[in-house]
Amino acid sequence: MAKKLMTGNEAFAYGAYLSGVRVGAAYPGTPSTEIMDNFSRYPGVFAEWSPNEKVSLDVAIGASYAGARSMASMKHVGVNVAADSLFYAVYTGLKAGLVLVVADDPSMHSSQNEQDSRNYAKFAKLPMLEPADSEEAKQYVGLALEMSEQFDTPVMVRSVTRISHSSTPVEMEDRQPPPPPEEPPAYERDARKFVMVPANARHRHPVVEERLQQLAEYAETTPVNRIEEGSGELGIIAAGTSYQYAREVFPEASFLKLGMVYPLPEKLIRRFASGVKTLVVVEELDPFFEEQIRLMGIEVRGKDIFPIIGEFSPALVRSCAAKAGLIEGSQGQKEAAAAAAKASELPVRPPMLCPGCGHRSLFYNLRESGALVLGDIGCYTLGFAPPLSAMHFTGCMGAGIGVAHGIDVAKVKDRTCAILGDSTFFHSGIHPLIDILYNGGSTTTVITDNSVTAMTGMQQHPGTGITLQKQKTKAVDLEKLVRAIGFEKVDVADPYDIDKMAKILDDHLNSDEPSVIISRRPCVLYTREKNPPPRVDEEACADCGICLDLGCSPLMQEEGHVSIDPILCNGCNLCVKVCPSEAIIPQESW
Amino acid sequence: MKKVDFLMAGVGGQGTILASNILAGVGLELGYEVKKAEVHGMAQRGGTVESHVRWGDTVSSPLVEEGKTDYLLGFEMLEAARWPTYLNKESVVIVNRYRIAPPAVNLGKADYPKEQQLDEMLKNSAGKVLWINGTELAAELGNPAMIGVVMLGALSSLLGGEEEAWLKVVEDLVPAKFLDLNKKAFAAGRDSIK
Ligand SMILES: Cc1ncc(C[n+]2csc(CCOP(=O)(O)OP(=O)(O)O)c2C)c(N)n1
Repeated sequence: MAKKLMTGNEAFAYGAYLSGVRVGAAYPGTPSTEIMDNFSRYPGVFAEWSPNEKVSLDVAIGASYAGARSMASMKHVGVNVAADSLFYAVYTGLKAGLVLVVADDPSMHSSQNEQDSRNYAKFAKLPMLEPADSEEAKQYVGLALEMSEQFDTPVMVRSVTRISHSSTPVEMEDRQPPPPPEEPPAYERDARKFVMVPANARHRHPVVEERLQQLAEYAETTPVNRIEEGSGELGIIAAGTSYQYAREVFPEASFLKLGMVYPLPEKLIRRFASGVKTLVVVEELDPFFEEQIRLMGIEVRGKDIFPIIGEFSPALVRSCAAKAGLIEGSQGQKEAAAAAAKASELPVRPPMLCPGCGHRSLFYNLRESGALVLGDIGCYTLGFAPPLSAMHFTGCMGAGIGVAHGIDVAKVKDRTCAILGDSTFFHSGIHPLIDILYNGGSTTTVITDNSVTAMTGMQQHPGTGITLQKQKTKAVDLEKLVRAIGFEKVDVADPYDIDKMAKILDDHLNSDEPSVIISRRPCVLYTREKNPPPRVDEEACADCGICLDLGCSPLMQEEGHVSIDPILCNGCNLCVKVCPSEAIIPQESW
Repeated sequence: MKKVDFLMAGVGGQGTILASNILAGVGLELGYEVKKAEVHGMAQRGGTVESHVRWGDTVSSPLVEEGKTDYLLGFEMLEAARWPTYLNKESVVIVNRYRIAPPAVNLGKADYPKEQQLDEMLKNSAGKVLWINGTELAAELGNPAMIGVVMLGALSSLLGGEEEAWLKVVEDLVPAKFLDLNKKAFAAGRDSIK
């Protein structure tokens, strides 16, 4: 069989397709996004971007009840949104297999926290698998679906950034996915199983506990939990990426490689522990294995050696192991530390709003307004960063409006407004907006409508009129929607028109009426719109720095004036508008 | 055991991902086990990015271990100098002589280091440091975005081996209508450090 390099996310999608998953639903979120994106391109499958993760999991559960294998995928924090549904599905069980792929983000490359999703398996009482490379990503999705059907439970598969976004070889398989049934099956109307009123749920909880016992037995013999014999001096228990790093750092050690990370195989762990002198758990984030192994009464080391914060790397595992005396230390560390110190003095390069981004124009106005801005998550979050510094809170998706309303009813001196993106609004902005109206609030909400989910790489959403599988569909009209909720003070404006936007903002911020501003300018990366860069008249430039305070990367401080890098510039002309000396001159042509 | 570890450093949007895909493909062509790691997503837009590519008889971790990089490709001068802990006295660094100012420099709040300073930092940690005018070469050919292929051309002349394997993978991964241009970019890179 031929091998192909695939990212973990491509492999999850391939495994789902091969295993006959017919329905997939997800909401984008780094590092999970490409799973559903890739899955959607296979023939004969239904795949959707749902408005949020809870909806996506409900859709997958429904498909499974109807007898179709299904998959939901999301980033770690998405499971918080979907958790309520996850818990009922564990009680009801399913019909066809359901796999929930969750991608954690240790070190928070693109996230607001680094929660360890393995805790959800224990919390919601369902099994979890964790692959260590793309081949396993493909296989474990298939295994998860089989387990899901054998044990009548959803199964989670956990990934992390370094699995989802790393490419490793995958066997391309000849087998075809099983065909869908010829006749649609009848839905099984079984209230005791599917209607979770207290009386029925009480009857399901023992089923859940019994199932966990059976799964723990299964874990003892599943081939994805395997012992790799080594010297016996040192025994390492690890899963996922940590296993790969530990493999490089401890070539001599014995390994218990766990492919099933919950529930744990107690007998297997005891057997392994009894054959090694020192037992060490290498695991990123929480001491999830370590605590359970301790509870078994087995002596084990883990978080006394390796950190609880941030992602691991081969070098980190090696240096921690050397400090703990598990291996010899390497030389030249002093020199490396000195070089690292020097490199850390180099100017940092954080991600920034793109040149031409409509969010920049809006945040320019928000900063000028002096308002307290309660924000949300998306590209527009970058409006918090200096020199714009115009967002003052970001927590999780959908939080900004409720927080703004809370601040308003508690009363502060500041004028306030909430801000969130169009995709974020459909995700979790509608309910808090209803709250403001219902409870007599006065908050102004700005929806930054760039007509795409930009942050995660340009996904469609309910407002774009296009589905994940590129079908035309009804677009939800933002303005009509907020008016239908009952908002009467609603304005729509182009953030590039900074004078008009300034007036609208002033009017809304000074009004006691609850209101909505839709700031509409399509993402320039998505539309690929680019206009001729303006030219700087160096004589006229007063070197005042006002344009530099837009934080736009092509604008650069030179001796006594600014310059514009024409390769980077997008030609939006915001700098032309804010220059008080008319020293930046718009150009009609290139 | 044979292994070659590569690190690519640049600014989000410079095309390090296409370049790392090509480099990984070449490793497969040459019969190695290959792994590759990077971070995707818009979130890195305009920020520091790095890609790891590993060739070897067997490869476990997709991440290159610090201190063990064989070749560092710096797509941007300042970014090239950010990874000294990954280098050793045998490492070879290829730096693209091109600067993109980080925000603090734009604002006049920090200085962009002088080329000589960056060169010294790199020479302190690496065995060999080679500078090429990659973006300029790519721009002369008509598209500065081909910098990745220019860098790989330069790398290929250091690694030796068959050019065929490289060109085959380039052919697989770049759109057909840009193939000729990319072949020229590859040749320009290869000749730039001969
Ligand atoms: C619960 C949850 N799901 C997903 C994400 C990942 N994520 C962050 S922002 C965002 C959407 C941003 O889109 P939009 O609101 O349209 O703003 P834009 O980036 O286009 O400016 C997503 C999907 C998250 N942080 N939390």
